[in-house]
Amino acid sequence: MTGTTQTAYVAPAITAPLPPPIAVGGPVGWVRGNLLNSWSNAIVTIVSLYLIWAVAVPLINFLIIDAVWDGAGRADCLPEKVGHSVGACWPFIGAKFSQLVYGFYPWNLHWRVDLTFALGAVLLVPLMIPRAPLKMLNSILFFGVFPIVAFFLLVGGSFGLEHVETRSWGGLLVTLVVAVTGIVVSLPLGILLALGRRSHMPAVQGMCVIFIEFWRGVPLITVLFFATYMLPLFLPNTWTIDALLRVLVGVALFSAAYMAEVVRGGLQAIPRGQFEAASALGLGYWKTMGLIVLPQALRLVIPGIVNNFIGLFKDTTLVLIVSIFDFLGQMRAAFADPNWSTPVTLYTGFAFCGIVYFVFCFSMSRYSLFVERRLNTSHR
Amino acid sequence: MTGEREGPAARPRLAVLYNPKLRGIFYQLVLLAIMVWLGIEFALNAKTNLQAQKIATGFGFLDNTAGFGVNQSLIAYQESDTYGRVFFVGLLNTLVVSAFGIALATAIGFLVGVARLSNNWLIARLAGVYVEVIRNLPLLFQILFWYLAVLGALPAPRNAISVLDGVFLSNRGIAVPRPLFGEGSGLVLAAFAAGIVVTLMLRFWAQARQEKTGQQFPLGCAAAGLILGLPLLVMIAAGFPIGFELPQLRGFNFVGGVTMIPEFTALLIALSTYTAAFIAEIVRSGIQAVSRGQTEAAYSLGLKPGRTMSMVVIPQAMRVIIPPLTSQYLNLTKNSSLAVGIGYPDLFAVFAGTTLNQTGQAIEILAVTMAVYLVISLITSALMNWYNSRLQLVER
Amino acid sequence: MHTTKNETAVEIVAMNKWYGQFHVLRDINLKVGRGERIVICGPSGSGKSTLIRCINRLEEHQKGKIIVDGTELTNDLKKIDEIRSDVGMVFQHFNLFPHLTVLENCTLAPIWVRKMPKKDAEEVARKYLERVRIPEQAMKYPGQLSGGQQQRVAIARALCMEPKIMLFDEPTSALDPEMVKEVLDTMVTLALDGMTMLCVTHEMGFARQVANRVVFMDVGQIVEANEPKEFFAHPQHERTKLFLSQILH
Ligand SMILES: Nc1ncnc2c1ncn2[C@@H]1O[C@H](COP(=O)(O)OP(=O)(O)OP(=O)(O)O)[C@@H](O)[C@H]1O
Ligand SMILES: [Mg+2]
Repeated sequence: MTGTTQTAYVAPAITAPLPPPIAVGGPVGWVRGNLLNSWSNAIVTIVSLYLIWAVAVPLINFLIIDAVWDGAGRADCLPEKVGHSVGACWPFIGAKFSQLVYGFYPWNLHWRVDLTFALGAVLLVPLMIPRAPLKMLNSILFFGVFPIVAFFLLVGGSFGLEHVETRSWGGLLVTLVVAVTGIVVSLPLGILLALGRRSHMPAVQGMCVIFIEFWRGVPLITVLFFATYMLPLFLPNTWTIDALLRVLVGVALFSAAYMAEVVRGGLQAIPRGQFEAASALGLGYWKTMGLIVLPQALRLVIPGIVNNFIGLFKDTTLVLIVSIFDFLGQMRAAFADPNWSTPVTLYTGFAFCGIVYFVFCFSMSRYSLFVERRLNTSHR
Repeated sequence: MTGEREGPAARPRLAVLYNPKLRGIFYQLVLLAIMVWLGIEFALNAKTNLQAQKIATGFGFLDNTAGFGVNQSLIAYQESDTYGRVFFVGLLNTLVVSAFGIALATAIGFLVGVARLSNNWLIARLAGVYVEVIRNLPLLFQILFWYLAVLGALPAPRNAISVLDGVFLSNRGIAVPRPLFGEGSGLVLAAFAAGIVVTLMLRFWAQARQEKTGQQFPLGCAAAGLILGLPLLVMIAAGFPIGFELPQLRGFNFVGGVTMIPEFTALLIALSTYTAAFIAEIVRSGIQAVSRGQTEAAYSLGLKPGRTMSMVVIPQAMRVIIPPLTSQYLNLTKNSSLAVGIGYPDLFAVFAGTTLNQTGQAIEILAVTMAVYLVISLITSALMNWYNSRLQLVER
Repeated sequence: MHTTKNETAVEIVAMNKWYGQFHVLRDINLKVGRGERIVICGPSGSGKSTLIRCINRLEEHQKGKIIVDGTELTNDLKKIDEIRSDVGMVFQHFNLFPHLTVLENCTLAPIWVRKMPKKDAEEVARKYLERVRIPEQAMKYPGQLSGGQQQRVAIARALCMEPKIMLFDEPTSALDPEMVKEVLDTMVTLALDGMTMLCVTHEMGFARQVANRVVFMDVGQIVEANEPKEFFAHPQHERTKLFLSQILH
C-alpha cells in the first residue's frame, strides 16, 4: 500500500492557471472547435457558407445596391433608363405608402388615424415595460378606454367628427384594428371561457368546452365566411352590420377560443393551496378568482398572450379573402397599378411587405421571450 | 330585496339564495334558457331572411349541376357533374395537399430541428435564421409570394427550365415523368411486396435469434436489399416492363407526364416550409428535453452514439414531440384552406367558395365545410389522447 | 479485452484540461492499482467531476496521458467504446432511462454492447439486482422507485456490464439522508468484493471504512493524497485542514 501512495503526484504548491494550448482557445481554436471539428463538419461549413453567399449577395444587391431610390413612375425603374439591372423600385413604395397605411381613409382626416396610433403606442409601451408603475390603471386605459376612444376617432359621426365609412379603411390601419380588437375582446372572453371550462357546473363546463373546441377545430377562413355570409342570416333583417364589424366578430370569437386555452394553462399552474388559502380567508368564487388567482395566472401567461397576438397579427391577412383590404391586400391591389408596372414591382412589394411583417412579429416574439425569461428567473 | 323584510320568513328564502348547489342549478338553467332562446331566435330570423332573399334550403342542391370547371381533380370530373361531386373533388384535393405537405414538413422540420442542435456553429445559426424568418411572416403572404413571385416568374413552357430532360419548370406548373406499367410490371410489384413481407419476417427472426444467441443481424442492409434490390433484379429479368413517359412540349403546353399545377406547387411549398419551421422548434425542444445525463449514462455503458440516439434519446424525445407535432399536422390541414387565396381547388375554395357563391346556401355549405374540418380535428385529438394515455411515463 | 495482466487499472500522467480559456485540471498525476479504492474529495468546483469524467472520456483532455486498463485514451472511437464498456459509472442524479423498466435498464447495454442473448442478460441483471437488494422491483419503471432505490438500480445497471473499474460521482449527494445508508452499504459490499473504485464523495465515514487512499483536490490540482487514517488525523495542507474542519461538523 505504501508503494502506491508514492505514485500519486501531489502538487507542491498551487500553481497559476495556464492559458490553453493554442488549438483550444482563441479564434483559431474556436473555428476548429465549432466549424471544422470533423470532416463531415467541414463539408457542412462549406455548404453553409455557399448558401449564405448565394442568398445574401443577391438580396443585398436587390435591396440596396441595385435599388432605385427615387423616381416618379414606372419609367424610372426600367433597366433601359437606369442602365443596369434594377433591384427594388422603392419609389413605388413611396407612392403607395399612404394607401398601404391608411387605405382610402380621406386624406384630410389622416390625423385621426395618426392620433389613434400614437395613443395606442403611448398606452402600450408602459404596459409592456415590466418596471413601469400603475399597471392596473394602464391596463384599464388600454383594454377599456382606448378601444372606445379609438372607435369614435376612427369611425367619427359624433363630437363634430366627420363619419368615415369602414369601406374606405385599409392597409396597416385595418391590420392593426383587426388584430388589436381581436386581442382586446378575446382576452376577457377567453378568461370567462377558461373559468367556465374549469367550473363544476356541468352545463357551463360543457358549453365552454364545445365553444372552445369548435372554434379551435375549424380554420379561421371558415370563421370569416361564417361571419360574413352566415351571421347576417341569423340576425333580424332590420340590422345591417358593417362588413368590417362582421369580420371583427368572427376574429374575436375565434381568438377567444385560443385565448381561453392560454389562460387555462395559467390557471392550471396555480397551486391548489392558493385556492384553499383564499377560501380560508372567506373569499367567494369571484373574489378568489379576481383578487388571488387571475392576477397570478395572467402574469404567467403574458408570453402566451403575446404569441397569440403574433398569430392573430399574421392571420389578419386572411381578411383579404373576404374583400377587406388589409396591409397585404392593399399591396396586392397596388401591384395592379399600370403606372407602376415594371418587372420588379412585385418583388419590391413583397420585400417591403415582408420586412414590415417580420419587424412586427419578430420584435413581439423577442418581447415574449424576454417576459418568459423574466418570469422563469423571478419564480425560482 | 330580502333586506327590507327582517321577519322570520326571510330566513328560509336567504338559505335558498345562498345554497351553492341550488344557485349553481339556477345559473345553469338561466344559461340554458338563454341558449335555447338564442337558438330559436336565430332559426326564426334565418327562416324569414332566407324567404325574403329567395334562397333555397336543404341539401337538394348537392344533386344540381355545378357548371364550373376545376383545374385539378383526382377523380373524373366535368362541368356537368353535380355539386355533390364537386364536394368530393375538393375534399380529395385538400387531403392530397395536406398529405404531401405533412410528409414534406416533417422531413424539413426534423432536418432543421436537428441542424439547430448541431455542434457546427454555422449550420445551427442558419437553421435558426430559417425558423425565425419563416415563423414571423404570415402564411398567406408566403403562399402569395411563392405563387406570384416565384412560380409566376418561371418562363413560359416553350422556354421551360429543364432538369435532366425529365422535369420541366414553367409558369404552367411542374411537369414530371409518369410511370408506365407495361406487361410484366405485375411481377415487379409482386417482388416489391414480397421484399416487404420477407423483411418483416426477417425482423421477427432476427429478434428471436438475438434473444436466443445474442447475435445481431444487419437488418437495415438486408431490408434495403430486399425492398429495393429484389424488384430491381426482377425488373432486369423481365426486360424493364416499367417505363417512364416523359413530358413533351406540344404547342403552348406540355403533354404526357404528370403536371403539378402552380397553385398546388405554391401551396405545397408554402405550407410545408411554414409548418416545418414550427416542427423544427418542436423537435429541438423535444431533443433538448432529454437531459444530457441520459446520453452520458448511455455512453458510459459503452453504447455507441447511433444506438444511444435510437434507444435512449429518440424514444424519450418522441413523447415530448408527438402531441405538438400532431397539432401542427392539424394546423397544416386547416391552413390548406388558404388555397382559396390563389385558386387551388381545395374543399374550401370549390365548396365554400364557388358553390356558396352560386347557390347562396351559406348555412348548409358552411356547416358541412366546418363539419369536415371539425371531424378531422376531433378524430386526430381522440387518437392523440389515446396515444398519450398509453405513453405517459410512469411516475410515482 | 486486454490479456496483459496489468497491475495498474488507471494511470494519469501530467494531464491538463481546459474549458475554453478556463484551466480546470492542472497537471494531474494519479496511478490507481487494480483493486484499489480511491476517494476523491475537495471543495465545489475543484474539478473532481471533470477528472472522473475524463477517465471514461465523457470529457476530453487536452494535454497529458490517461491510460485505462492498459489502453491509452485517444480519439480512436473504437478504443473509447471498449474502455467505456469496461468502466462503469454511477452519476449523482442516477440518469436511469425513464422509458425502460428497471430490468430493461440493466439489460440494454449487455444486449447491445456485449451481444448477450436476452435470457442471459436478464439472468445477469437479476443477479445484480439481487445483489443491490431490490430484485422485486425489476418490472417497475424508474419513476416508481425512491431515490435510494434508483441509485441502487444505477449501480446494478453499471455492474451488469461486469466492469473492471467503477467510477462514482457523488452517488449519495442527491439523496435524502435516510437513503444514503442503503446506497453506501451497497458500495461497501462492492468494495469488499475487490472492485477497483474511484469515488467522488463527501461521505467521510465511507472513506475511512473502505478507501485505500483519499485524494484531496483544489482549483484543479491534487493537493494532498494519503491513506485515510493519516489524511484525517494529520492533514498536511492548509486547504485540506480548512476543508476538513468545514465538512466534519
Ligand atoms: N461544460 C463546462 N463548461 C465550462 N466550464 C465547466 C463545465 N463543466 C464544469 N465547468 C467548470 O469547471 C469547474 C470544475 O467543475 P466540476 O464539475 O468538475 O467541479 P466539482 O469539483 O465536481 O464540483 P462539485 O462538488 O460542485 O460537483 C467548475 O468551475 C465549473 O464551473
Ligand atoms: Mg461534481
